[in-house]
Amino acid sequence: MWRRSASFILDRSSNSPPMADTTQNPDAISAYYQTRAAHHGVITSDWLAQAQAAVEQPDSTHSGLGPNKSFNVIDEFNGWRKQPDLAEAVAAIRAMAAVIRASEATTMMELEIELKKASDTLKSWDKTSISLTAGCDLFIRYVTRTSALEYEDFNSAKSRLLERAEKFGEISCKARKIIAMLSQDFIFDGCTILVHGLSRVVLEVLKTAAQNNKLFRVLCTEGRPDGTGVLLSNELSKLDIPVKLLLDSAVAYSMDEVDMVFVGADGVVESGGIINMMGTYQIALVAHSMNKPVYVAAESYKFARLYPLDQKDMAPALRPIEFGVKIPAKVEVERSARDYTPPQYLTLLFTDLGVLSPSVVSDELIQLYL
Amino acid sequence: MDPRRGPLAVPKVRRVGFFTSIEPSPETPRPNRSLSGPAEAITSSSPLSDSPSGQFISPVQIPPSRHHSDNLASRAAPVPVPGPSAFRRQLANDRALHVGSYNPVDSLLGTSPPSSNGEVSEDSGSLFGFQRSDSAKLSASFPNGGFDMTMRVRAPQESEAKVAIASTSDGRKKNVEASAGEGESVAAKPRKEKETKSLKEKTSKAERRAIQEAQRAAKASAKGEGSKRAGESSRPKPSKPAKQPQPKKEAPQVTSSVSEKRAVSVEKERRMDVPQTQMQYDDKSRVDKAKRRSVVEQTESKNKVELFLHLPQYERGNQLPNLSSNIFSLDTIHHAVYKVGLQHLAGDISGDNARCIAMLHAFQEAINDYTTPPMKDLTMDLTAKINGYVSFLIECRPLSMSMGNAIRFLKNQIRKLPVDLSEPEAKASLCSEIGRFIDEKILLADKVIVQHAVTKIRDGEVLLTYGFSCVVEMILLYAHEIGRKFRVVIVDSRPNLEGQKLLRRLVTRGLDCTYTHINAVSYIMGEVTRVFLGASSIFSNGTLYSKVGTACVAMVANAFSVPVIVCCEAYKFHERVLLDSICSNELGDPDAIANVPLRNNKKHSKTMDNNKNLQFLNLMYDSTPAEYISMIVTDYGMIPPTSIPVIVREYRREDLLL
Repeated sequence: MWRRSASFILDRSSNSPPMADTTQNPDAISAYYQTRAAHHGVITSDWLAQAQAAVEQPDSTHSGLGPNKSFNVIDEFNGWRKQPDLAEAVAAIRAMAAVIRASEATTMMELEIELKKASDTLKSWDKTSISLTAGCDLFIRYVTRTSALEYEDFNSAKSRLLERAEKFGEISCKARKIIAMLSQDFIFDGCTILVHGLSRVVLEVLKTAAQNNKLFRVLCTEGRPDGTGVLLSNELSKLDIPVKLLLDSAVAYSMDEVDMVFVGADGVVESGGIINMMGTYQIALVAHSMNKPVYVAAESYKFARLYPLDQKDMAPALRPIEFGVKIPAKVEVERSARDYTPPQYLTLLFTDLGVLSPSVVSDELIQLYL
Repeated sequence: MDPRRGPLAVPKVRRVGFFTSIEPSPETPRPNRSLSGPAEAITSSSPLSDSPSGQFISPVQIPPSRHHSDNLASRAAPVPVPGPSAFRRQLANDRALHVGSYNPVDSLLGTSPPSSNGEVSEDSGSLFGFQRSDSAKLSASFPNGGFDMTMRVRAPQESEAKVAIASTSDGRKKNVEASAGEGESVAAKPRKEKETKSLKEKTSKAERRAIQEAQRAAKASAKGEGSKRAGESSRPKPSKPAKQPQPKKEAPQVTSSVSEKRAVSVEKERRMDVPQTQMQYDDKSRVDKAKRRSVVEQTESKNKVELFLHLPQYERGNQLPNLSSNIFSLDTIHHAVYKVGLQHLAGDISGDNARCIAMLHAFQEAINDYTTPPMKDLTMDLTAKINGYVSFLIECRPLSMSMGNAIRFLKNQIRKLPVDLSEPEAKASLCSEIGRFIDEKILLADKVIVQHAVTKIRDGEVLLTYGFSCVVEMILLYAHEIGRKFRVVIVDSRPNLEGQKLLRRLVTRGLDCTYTHINAVSYIMGEVTRVFLGASSIFSNGTLYSKVGTACVAMVANAFSVPVIVCCEAYKFHERVLLDSICSNELGDPDAIANVPLRNNKKHSKTMDNNKNLQFLNLMYDSTPAEYISMIVTDYGMIPPTSIPVIVREYRREDLLL
């Protein structure tokens, strides 16, 4: 059913900015955004299949290295990050697992300190990525919160940690499937879904719905300047889902024919609001004013202990924007790649923890972190 | 919904009871607090509602008198609020009320178990749910449960006590009371009629029938007593259905004791009967007793605000000299507690944290000086002692929610003490626990809050704060210290003008401040980027309970879409739900509103005082609905107001229930 044509990828991948491989993240463009862009060029299903086959499991090579003095979390992370289907947080989790594996620590305390250091480097490498930070934090929580650790000798404790790390990675990978299953009840025959941004979870949701023979229509926003909507519509059309592309500015115009809005999330914050690709906020506002439900599909590792009060209350993830014409030097360009949508404009969050109302996010976070 | 509930809604009834009560000369000028009731009972009710001979009382019975001062205790004091579920309690009461309305019929038909459901429901109805001890709560939620038993046990004793009193103070008092009753009956009757009439409109058909039937039954069994009863109890009709069927079903011992009383005289019989219905107490004897027992002699203010009759409305400023002279003569209250009480009364300590810390320190001192009397258990006796202190503090000034939580913590610590611990050890552990509470829940929490909140202050912001909150002050000072550039707008309000204190402190530290009154808040809000508010308490539904005026500021901020950040330590969270500012509040000195400084209005206010049509309402708190709050900064981090129940659920447990 999936045609092997990757022509449009070639167009995209030539545009996508080069990966930054230095530990010093160039300030101008957020590394988070770079990952996104790279993934956007890469996410399509057929490429995915090829890539999956091509990419060797990096952990096998790394575990062979063992006591490698020059072990670097970020290299590890970047290695994982190149895997197209892996979310950033999962890549981080894998990288952290590799840290445990490569660690020469002889006591739990040492190991914990090492983990902490690794997560700090990862976090400071890209401060703009919420899911990376959240994933690191969650991992450390999850791994070190084992009561069994205190009783065992170090080696078995370490292997237990690894076990947990693997399990956590698996859970995170499965999350997308769970969310897709959960959301099926909300997609009814004949509905029109507005989608903004290119979210792998949302794609999975729509894919599953199509596989379940649901009849629905999708409106994709164009998603300037990345053209995420174009990519998504491409994917969807291959699934024989009727798709319509909209200008980002045409959201309000076509909102009356929309039954629900589906968006992904870069991060879900403490208040229950989401941080997502630029434009989500205004879509949520329009949908709210027209009484359309706004559904968010996000894995639980995107839950972050952040609490932005307004749009400017978080570190902006900057990106280059092509306007096609030369912009005079005096003209300022808003380059932030994402915005914050307050919880009162969201209806439900589909997560691997279940279908949650926004206020439950804080509940889950408190239980996770405190 | 049923006649029992009517009077609740009609504050005038309460007033009748209070105003017409003829005060018997107190036999003992100094109330003996340590005797007052069993441990739990005290917590549950203000001292006012305890009977003088407390030993008899089971923990359950205390009928919440409908008097203001009683409400004062219960309202303002979360102390008594037992354990976890104020919510459930509310429900339970509600249910009990409904049950009650149908019960007279039931019991007439002889189908209901031998219980005084009517009484229970009345009781719980009048409660409003807050002042009950655990057991009371339980019995309220199971109307057929143990409640009536305790009633039975108590009733004869109660009346015996009364008889004793009557005999000691001769027939004089009796006569006085009788005549008072008659006088009242005249006054009360029209009101009563009006009441029932208005009730009729509200009640459903079935309820009306139930009432009618009950009335018929009452008439049959109590002929000719009606008017007198009306005089004594403010709500005669509802009381009868509840009471009349009961004697038939009561256990034999009870009826025997009852019949003994009947042998004395008809008059006595009625009076003895009446306590069982518990209404009489509210209006007369209970209030009198309460007055007798209370340390602080408060005078009722003359012109009371109708809507707030459930709150204490006292005259201010006349008790202090009297009290402070008593400080050495009073042995039931520890001097440290006494001191704190006086400071609360005089307003020397204000601010929730300061009050709470002062109280805890006083308790620490009191526990240090405490020795268990022979033949007594430390846990029980100390709890009773603490209860006595608490009720004294309540008399001085209604407790804040945070103090209630702290007291609950302390009592739990006492309860959790291992049995085999020796007395000095137990005392030491309690004191250290109190110290830990102060350090962790208040002082450290403040530091954490400051750390969190300061991340929300960016350069170039304009922060608005209302009144005085020490946490907000700490935040502002800290942000200034670490070099943030911002401006502060301090909004203040009469009559306390607490903001001036904050203004003074900030300006001396070199902060850029603007000072304005709340009248200008809508003007100044336009330039503000963040609002920082302190809190007295936050309830489970996210409602913020804070200094009056806070709601106004929050709503204006919301209208200007300025984020409202509330800074509140987690120990102030409360599992109750608050919907308005009326049910639970505190009234300040009405004169403070009437008297405007800088204006020579001596004569002016005098004419105002005498004016029956003018009431001054000086509310101390108001409630801000959760939707006006953007964020709550607490020691567990920054959370949305919807997460208050999570914190309460996750963390209160370890403090209180374990």
